[in-house]
Amino acid sequence: MSTATQSNTQSTSPYSSKDVAVRAELSEIDASVRSSALFFTVSAIFWLVAGTVFALITAYKAHEPDFLSGTEYLTFGRARTLHLNAMALGWGNNIVFAIGIWIMARLCRSPIRHGGLLLIAGVFWNIGLTVGLFGIFRGDITSVEWLEIPGYASPLLAISYALIGIWGIMAFRFRRGEHVYVSQWYILAALFWFPWLYVIAQVMIIWFPARGVVQSVTNWWFAHNVLGLWFTPMALAAAYYLIPKVLGRPIYSYYLSVLGFWALAIFYNWAGIHHLVGGPIPVWLISAGIVASVMMVIPVIVVGLNHHMSVVGLHKEVWASPTLRFVVFGAISYTLASLIGSAMALRTVSEVTHFTHFVVGHAHHGVYAFFSMIMFGGVYYMMPRLLKREWPSATLIRIHFWGSAIGITVMLIALHVAGWIQGTQMNDATVPFLDIVKQTMPWLQARSVSGVFLTVAHMAFAVNFFWMLFAAGAVRAKQGPTLLTRTSEEGAA
Amino acid sequence: MKNLPLLFCGIFFALAFSFCGLILSSDYQVGSLTQSTQTLDEDGNNVEGETLYPLMESGLAKQGKQVYIEMGCIYCHTQQVRRVGFGADVERNWGPRGAVARDYVTQDRVLLGTMRTGPDLMHVGGRPLNKDWHLLHLYNPQITSKGSNMPPFAFLFETRKIDGEPSADALKFVDGSEYGPAEGYEVIPTRRANALVEYLLSLKLDYSLPEAPIVE
Repeated sequence: MSTATQSNTQSTSPYSSKDVAVRAELSEIDASVRSSALFFTVSAIFWLVAGTVFALITAYKAHEPDFLSGTEYLTFGRARTLHLNAMALGWGNNIVFAIGIWIMARLCRSPIRHGGLLLIAGVFWNIGLTVGLFGIFRGDITSVEWLEIPGYASPLLAISYALIGIWGIMAFRFRRGEHVYVSQWYILAALFWFPWLYVIAQVMIIWFPARGVVQSVTNWWFAHNVLGLWFTPMALAAAYYLIPKVLGRPIYSYYLSVLGFWALAIFYNWAGIHHLVGGPIPVWLISAGIVASVMMVIPVIVVGLNHHMSVVGLHKEVWASPTLRFVVFGAISYTLASLIGSAMALRTVSEVTHFTHFVVGHAHHGVYAFFSMIMFGGVYYMMPRLLKREWPSATLIRIHFWGSAIGITVMLIALHVAGWIQGTQMNDATVPFLDIVKQTMPWLQARSVSGVFLTVAHMAFAVNFFWMLFAAGAVRAKQGPTLLTRTSEEGAA
Repeated sequence: MKNLPLLFCGIFFALAFSFCGLILSSDYQVGSLTQSTQTLDEDGNNVEGETLYPLMESGLAKQGKQVYIEMGCIYCHTQQVRRVGFGADVERNWGPRGAVARDYVTQDRVLLGTMRTGPDLMHVGGRPLNKDWHLLHLYNPQITSKGSNMPPFAFLFETRKIDGEPSADALKFVDGSEYGPAEGYEVIPTRRANALVEYLLSLKLDYSLPEAPIVE
């Protein structure tokens, strides 16, 4: 605990720090990443909106199959894939680049050198992704889950990623101060793990396909680790950074941070094989995947406890801060989603939930309720510091929060129930298949309703963001942080 | 944390461990599997002169697989039959036995899938569904499977005016079907539709393997 406190007091926010030198240093660091971080955030929000449109189309098609069925370009398989890739590689990766590198630079107390090159790498990432999504649209989809981008676009993604990752690692290389904070471990590890996963998966599945089901093993080693070793560590890093920053007190326990980090690093990367429970691969692989999935309970409980103890007693402040309202929602979802995930890996549970909407629901629990909510919180914290102006509208932030919170809750309930019905009935051979389809219909319709809530939330977010970015005079003149209640202390945002 | 070499080594070896344990080991264990005859001779070798299974992918079916990939069929259909006692795949007649690793060794791209919004297709070619049924089902699933949420693939067909004799390839709608074309018109499958159906009909798990015999 003592060491964490130390690092924490060294780098408090420019708004709350009494030390002019520290504030000047942070300002300088923020200025060095401003253009690239803004570019990544704008791109992320663009893809978030595009991905939301594809999500609505896909969700509606699941219960109205004739909708937009006249051409092949938006048939269910492609609309769904456009949604997934726009969200994962467009929203997810861009926002991770923005927030991950910004936090890394701040904690390393090291301005990003040659930020212009980082910006160019970012432009290429988004060009590669646009080419890839256009390829999917016109039919060059690979039909390998999470690797649908056609082979002619993925090298561009790999190369531009490498540049972006190197910039994060270079910030670490030129860090000042002896202590390395927990967020830095996570970001450093994730920047190193993601390219390894991506390149191996591309090589063994797309470029030089391995034989038979080795492809499937590689596929799920990769796909699960995109969440486990890329989005998760980045979101945890952000939570570990933002909670003490806003509340002005250190993380509860340094030792729990260490345990949580290493337990995640060791166990999570074996867990993906639980996507193949009951499948045609050697049984020992599946058993290993199940063991690792259950062992994930350790880092999840440890991190959950650490976060909980760090905010306990300050609930009013959490509720007043746009950042922490989202971050704490995300942190709670991390605990819930992960514990459900560990249970789903067990053979008896998987026998029911595998191959059903339950898994789709679970994926959104992780990527949206946990990862995306924390990233929203990160944007609410980062933007005022990059732009030196405040969020124009607290109301729009409230709409964003409640739209997201209600939308994702409705979606999770709907898909988990639909999946459980589907799974239990599918394992009863006396139930005709079309009866199962009919029983899931009301729940798939509920998912479309949840999509409307999420769309409203994302629109409110986008409007508030661009209002702030192209701020009118009134926004520039606004004094003091935008809070969601009146009770909070100065300094939080 | 101050011990940076430990941090770097830990980060590296954590992923290296699963990369070796899951990927390289399965490439070693499963990546060397080859085709086999249904039973083996006394020495454990393939029986000479008998057919090797699984069959190679070929011809029109292979083009059909490309259509299957392009349409994203995998997002609603699996191609893996679970063993008896785990789920009810065999009881649902989705295949006569559970699938094993060797069943996939001849495929360039393995399409196991993870979602069953629709039924498993590993043995769809062995079910009592003929070409005409599949074409109608693809043209509009409501014709054969009322209440399905599968999208129609009518864009893989061409509706045209009957010129002289009706074409032999035309879809065979029942008389007065609400899904049929207007009077004087017929619906002809394109080459892609024919290829896709050829692929579906080629999907069969009707052979034994030494490690996975079909039990009658």
